[in-house]
Parts: sequence; C-alpha cells; structure tokens
Amino acid sequence: MKQRLSRLALGGYSILVIVYLFVPIAVMVVFSFNKPRGRRNYEWNRFSLDAWKDPFKYENLRAAFVKSLEVGLIVTLVAGVIGTVMAVSLVKYRFRGKGFLNTLIVMPLTMPEVVLGFSLLNLFVLVDQQRGVLTIVIAHVMFCISYVATTVKARIRGFNWQLEEAAADLGATPWQTFRRVTFPIIAPGVFAAALLTFALSLDDFTITYFVSGRDRTFPLEVWTEKQFPPQINVFGTLILLAAVVLSVAGMLNSRRRTARSKP
Amino acid sequence: MATEGKVGEVTPRRRSTPWLLAAPALIWLVVFFVIPMVLLGRESLRSGGIGNYGDVFTGYTAVFRRTFWYALLATVLCVLLGYPLAYYIAMRARRARNVLLALVVLPFFTTYLIRTISWVILLSENGPVPKVLRSLDLLGQSSSIIGTTPAVVGALAYNFLPFMVLPIYVSLEKIDPKLLEAGPDLYASGWRTFRKVTLPLSLPGLFAGSLLTFIPAAGDFVNSTFVGGTSTTMIGNVVAENFDSPGLRPEMSAISFVLMAVILVGVLVYARLLGTEELG
Amino acid sequence: MTAVDEVIRLEGVRKEFGSFVAVHHADLGIQRGEFFSLLGPSGCGKTTLLRMIAGFEKPSDGRVLLDGADQADVPPYKRHVNTVFQQYALFPHMSVFENVAFGLRSTRVASADIKRRVDEMLEIVHLGGYSKRRPAQLSGGQQQRVALARALVNLPSALLLDEPLAALDLKLRQAMQIELKRLQREVGITFVFVTHDQEEALTMSDRVAVMSNGRIEQIATPGEVYQRPATVFVAGFIGSANLLPGTLVERRAGTCVVDLQSGGRVTGADVDAPLGSDVTIMLRPEQLTPLGHAPTSGHGLEGVITDVIFQGAATRVLFDLADGTEIAVSVEASDGLDPLRPGDPMWVSWEPGTAHVLSGRPTHAGSTTTDTDAVQASLDGLG
Repeated sequence: MKQRLSRLALGGYSILVIVYLFVPIAVMVVFSFNKPRGRRNYEWNRFSLDAWKDPFKYENLRAAFVKSLEVGLIVTLVAGVIGTVMAVSLVKYRFRGKGFLNTLIVMPLTMPEVVLGFSLLNLFVLVDQQRGVLTIVIAHVMFCISYVATTVKARIRGFNWQLEEAAADLGATPWQTFRRVTFPIIAPGVFAAALLTFALSLDDFTITYFVSGRDRTFPLEVWTEKQFPPQINVFGTLILLAAVVLSVAGMLNSRRRTARSKP
Repeated sequence: MATEGKVGEVTPRRRSTPWLLAAPALIWLVVFFVIPMVLLGRESLRSGGIGNYGDVFTGYTAVFRRTFWYALLATVLCVLLGYPLAYYIAMRARRARNVLLALVVLPFFTTYLIRTISWVILLSENGPVPKVLRSLDLLGQSSSIIGTTPAVVGALAYNFLPFMVLPIYVSLEKIDPKLLEAGPDLYASGWRTFRKVTLPLSLPGLFAGSLLTFIPAAGDFVNSTFVGGTSTTMIGNVVAENFDSPGLRPEMSAISFVLMAVILVGVLVYARLLGTEELG
Repeated sequence: MTAVDEVIRLEGVRKEFGSFVAVHHADLGIQRGEFFSLLGPSGCGKTTLLRMIAGFEKPSDGRVLLDGADQADVPPYKRHVNTVFQQYALFPHMSVFENVAFGLRSTRVASADIKRRVDEMLEIVHLGGYSKRRPAQLSGGQQQRVALARALVNLPSALLLDEPLAALDLKLRQAMQIELKRLQREVGITFVFVTHDQEEALTMSDRVAVMSNGRIEQIATPGEVYQRPATVFVAGFIGSANLLPGTLVERRAGTCVVDLQSGGRVTGADVDAPLGSDVTIMLRPEQLTPLGHAPTSGHGLEGVITDVIFQGAATRVLFDLADGTEIAVSVEASDGLDPLRPGDPMWVSWEPGTAHVLSGRPTHAGSTTTDTDAVQASLDGLG
C-alpha cells in the first residue's frame, strides 16, 4: 500500500516537473497570438492573429532569423563531417593518444560559454580578424564538434568492423565500403548529431554575443534591439514545431526499423 | 548473434590513419579552443602581472561569491526537480521512456532568449505568478519577483534542467535490475534499497549532471539581465558589459581565467575518477 | 614435370605481430578444385594464414601467389578470392538479396545478370524465397548459407572459410559438413577451410595442412595424416593414439627395432633417423590386438587394467604399463575375451614391423585423447 502511494507520488511529481518544463513554452506560443500594447510583449492585451499573418513585419528580425538559419546549415555541415570522422577514429581504432583526444573533445562542453566566447574574441582581436559571419561560424563549429563527436561516439559503439572487411573482401574500395556499408549503418547517429548541432547553433546566444561584431543572429538581434514583438514568438513557435515534427518522424522511423528487423 | 565479428577496437593497418581522421577536428579545437585559453591566460597577466588577479579578487569578491552561490542553488534545485523525474523515466516508465525523454528535451529546442522572456512574462508585475502568490498572501502587494535572487536562481535552474535529467537517466538506466531485486531481499525497505544501491550507482550521472548545470550557470548573464536586477549581478554580466573596452581586457581575462580554472579543476577530478570513455 | 594447376601458393610466408611470431615459415600449394583444410589448435596461425591469402594481413616475409600472380601490394578488394567469416558478417541493413548481390554490384555486373545469378545461388544453398528477408530474421544456419552464397556468387578462384561451422550446434554442424562438401563438388570451386576440429577436417578434405605454433607440421591426404603422421604433434592431434618413446637400436629392410623407455624391445615400420636417436612408436587403439595371455612371440605390451569404458560396439580398455604409461586399446565383443575388470592383467600385440615410428619424443607418453581442448591445454603447457 505504501509502495503504491509512493509510486503514485513519484509519477505525479514527474508529470508536474514536465508540465513545469512546458509552462514557458506555452507562454511563448500563447503570446504569439497577443497584440501588445507597447513595444514589449510582456502583458496579455488581446487575442490577435496579426503576428502570424505578418511574421516578417520587422525586417531586421527576419534578416537575423535567415542569417541564423544560414549559419546553422554551414555549421551543421562542417561540424557534422569533422566531428563524425573524429568519432569514428576514436571508436574504431586502438592507438596511443586516444585518452588525450577523448578528454580534449569533452573540455569545451565543460567551459562556461562566457569563457569560450571571450577567449575567442581575444584571439580574433589579437590577429586582427574582423568579426562577422566567419567568426560566428568558427565559434559555433568549435563547440559543436564536441557535441557531434560525443553523440556519434555513443551511437556507433558496438559497430562490427568486420563488416568493413567483408565489404572489402567482396570487392568494395574503401570509399565504396564507407558509402554502402559503414555510413548507412551509422547514419541515424550522425543524423541525430546533425539535428542537435543545428539546434544548438540556432539557439546559441552567449558565444555569439562575443564573436559576432556587426552581424546579428536571431537571438542576438532580439537582445540588442530589446524588441520583443509577438513576431519573435512566432519564430520560436515555428522552431518548436519543426523540432516536434522531426522528433515524431525520428521515433516513427526507428520504430519502423525495429519492426522490420524482427523475425 | 552472428553479427558480432569485430566489435570494439581495431589495430590500424597504418599508424597514421586514426590521426588523419581525427586531424580536422583536432586542429580546429587546438586553434579555436586551446590556443584562445592560453592567450587568455597571457592576456590576464598583461599590464599588471599577477597583480591583476589580486585586483580581480578584491574588486569583485561579492560578485564571485554571489555567482557561485546562485549556481550552487540552481544546481541543487535542478537535482531536486530532475532526479525524481530521471528516476521515474528510468525505473517506472518502460514503454513511455522515449516519449518522456523527448518531452524533457523538446522545450529546449526554442531559443534561449525567448524562453527567458517567457519567464519575464510569468514573473513580471502583473504576471500570473505574482498574482497567485499575492492571493496566497506569500507576496507583498508592492514587492515584485523580478530583480530578486529567487527569480534568477529559478530561471537558471529551469534552463539547465535537461542537462541534469539526461546524465542521471543514463546512469540509472545502466543499473542491472537484478541488483535492485536483491534489495528487498537484503534491505527490506524500498527507501533503504534506494539509499544503499540505486543512489550510489547513479552517482556518476549525478556528478555529470551537476557539473553540466553548475558550469553554465556560473557563467550565465542572460537570466540575471532579464529577471534580475542591480543586486543580482553575476560575474558573466561583468564580462559581458566590459568586453568591448580594450583597457579592461586584462581584467576581464583574469576574471574569465579564474572562472575557468575553478571549473577545470572540478572536471579533471571527475575525469580522473571515472575515465574519459564514460563521458558522453 | 607436369604443371600442377595451383590456385594458391605460399612461399616462405612469415608473419610477425611485434615480437610475436604467428607464422614462422609457410610453404604450401593448393590445387584448383581442391577441398583443402588448415587444421590446428587455437593460436596455431591458421587464421593468420587465411587472412594473408585474403589480403587482410600483409606477410612480414615471403610471397602469396593467387593464380600465379604475386599478391604483394594487392588490397583485399582486388583479389579474386572471397571469405566466409566465422560470424558471417552479414550486412544488417541490407536484405538477403542485397547481401548476396553486394560483390556483383562492386564489379558493376548488369542488373539483369545480378538478379539471375543471385536467385540461382540462393536456390543452390536452399534459400530460394528468402530474398527479401533481413539477416536478423534468419536462424544461424540460414545466415551461414547467406554468407556462403554471398561469397560464392562471385565465382572466386578460391573460397576461404574461417571456422564457418564453429558457431553451430552439433547436429547442424554435421549436416552442414555434408552440405558444404556437396556444394563444393557441385560448384567446383577450391575451398580453403580453417578449423580446429580434426574430425571435421578429415571428413571433408581432399588434403589437410596440420599446423602447430605457427608451423606447418604436415600436408597430406586425410588417410596419410591419420596412418602416417609426419611428426609427434600430428600423431597426437589426429585421432587417438598411444605414443611410446624409445631409442632406435636397429634398422632392417622396411622395419626397425626400438628399445622402449617403458621397457621391452619392439619392432615397427622403418623410420629415417640415425641409430641411437629418440623415436616414438605410434599405436592406434584399433591397431592393438588384445590377448587373454602373454603373447607367444614375446612381442607386445603388458600391464594392469585401470579402466574399462563401455562404448557400445567396442569397449575401451585403459591399462598401465610397468612404468605407469597408460595405453588405450579397443576391445570388441568378437575378440572373445573374458570380461575385463580393473586390476586384471592385460596383454596386447600387433603385427611386428607395422607400427608407425616417428622421430622425436612426445610431450606426454601413452594414450592421447581426441579432445582437442585437452591437447591444446597440454600444448599450452609447452609455453
């Protein structure tokens, strides 16, 4: 009896925490339908679809959002490739210096973004590098490599490297082996890492704050202009919807895969 | 069964192969992470030498103390909120597991700033939270939540909750269920089983989660800007406000370096205790 | 000299891993259409040899020739041999059809041809209709047949099999042995078969190379290897035998005389060794004639029975010689002896001059077992 109560309590508590997690999100979505009285969308005024009908009303916000997307794509591509390749090397091979590399890729994850951002800024100032999209991309790739490498590492543990030998035995060159055997099998892990990277890049504020110079990504634009029209809620909601769709698609896909491989 | 062949590590046919694969990432990290750190250290000693550190400590003691205190509170709060949730997902929700984990992570696929703005809405003068608290007589009519310590700590805890939940979940999920079955045999009560078996085994995850919460919290300045006030300035605010002035750069570098050093020590201790393969 | 059509040839092949020598010096030639086995206990170097033929390892010294061509610097994907791996290594993300078609696609065979050849091959291995399944949906035996099909469909010069039956249970293994033999005959491709199971090798092979500790001890037909092992190791590894150390005292036309360490003087087949050297007499349990009394000719062995093991058609009797050496003999009901019990005396004899004699001494005098693990354990003791 006591056990049942404690189980219910735990379940209830967990649901509450999850609800708590979604409260600000709900607020965000709700307030995208608000028509604020002033510049700041802090108080509920009345229901309106204006923001949704004209999401690109504010040119600066739109431009910044597009810039974020562009940066995100480049970063995902670059970090995705070099992070995955690093992860494969670390999981597949036995070699000296692995411990060092493993530690190195984890270190950026354990630094506060303030330090990462500021130290990069320092570097750029020292070499007289103009701050802009390039420096933003450089910074994002830097911390995303760690995320990609650790995600892919975890996902490809347990890969049977003899499959590559089998492919070679059957006439596949190293590139063909990678393309037809290795990559298709590790693809889910790589895809998950790519998604994560894109989200992180889109979302990043602190590091971008230090290294962006005049160029503004979406979060930066919001901060700088201190402008909070409902349009930003619209963008936020769109990003959330995209994430939901992708997660559901991912879950359905993996469920389909497991079903196919059952006897 | 049959696809087991060569799981684990392979000796490379050419010794350079693993390094060639790792090279791009390695170079990127060295150039854009390691070197900046070194330069930071150098910069922190410019025009003043080690004295800069003395200045920083005396000038910003209160801010440092406040920062680490907030980060600690936020971490504890995250543990209180996150551990039970992680436990529930790992131990009690077999079928819904993936969905629940997705739910934990999903809110954080929106922009950080927008989430923080949502907290402003919730906590601001005429927002729902003060309204509720006032009706329960927990808050004075004229006081506001924005600008107080609880607001900043609360917002900090919220933002890093998934970083606490996920590592704990991973640790708990790895526990062999047979160990827990033995619990009632030997320990008789569920609570004792938890204390003696589950909790110790989940410590790596708890430690990782705590680090992943404490560290970014310590460096944060967004939350204190939006929901905090003049009395809640964190060290991140200091760096963010002054990063543009070249004259203050050595001082800011010293601050960053102190922050980093404190954290680095903690991480290295952790890596030593549990081995680098475990991370991630 | 007639040219023998050798599909694979190893000349002076050596393989070192750091300071460990996996293969010391291997010379062998495998003929086209042959079922050739590499037999030996774990760690003897047989798999290393196979991998060098396939191209996964590079020899530290010596040459590997396929169809007469030196394969130095030829990577595995360019060699015309295919491997069946011990754990099959089927591509989990591909269907059975795609797995089998993999090699054909690598060499850009036309789609229509691919379909025809794959379907044909699947029929041959009795997996017609399984094209669309995934490896995870198949049983162990079925997966193995896919691995076979996948390799054979490319019509390689030789098929390399790395202990393919080791993962199967006994009944299935025996069935597959017959299957493989039939398959090899039907397809006509050279099979190079690695195994540690000597019964398996003897049943299936045209010729066997027995290996130990990186060295090839003997290459011969199963019959040869069984009746006339070249070294003491082979004698002990193949089948069961009684190995008796002694000294060579006399050589006559076709026979020799040996002073046994355990006492007595016996004759065996001639051996090419100098007088006075260490030799070993090998007597298979079925070669010994059990007697109910001391041999009239005085030629034989005598001892005290220690164990009587009923094995159905025959009974295995173990008896100790005067110095404690254990001898095993097979007694059949038709031998007409009184019921034997431990403690009873035992006499055996054999046709003088017929016992096989080997140079050198066995590690363990007396009867050996066919249990390769026990042999391995005794070999491991050598260090």
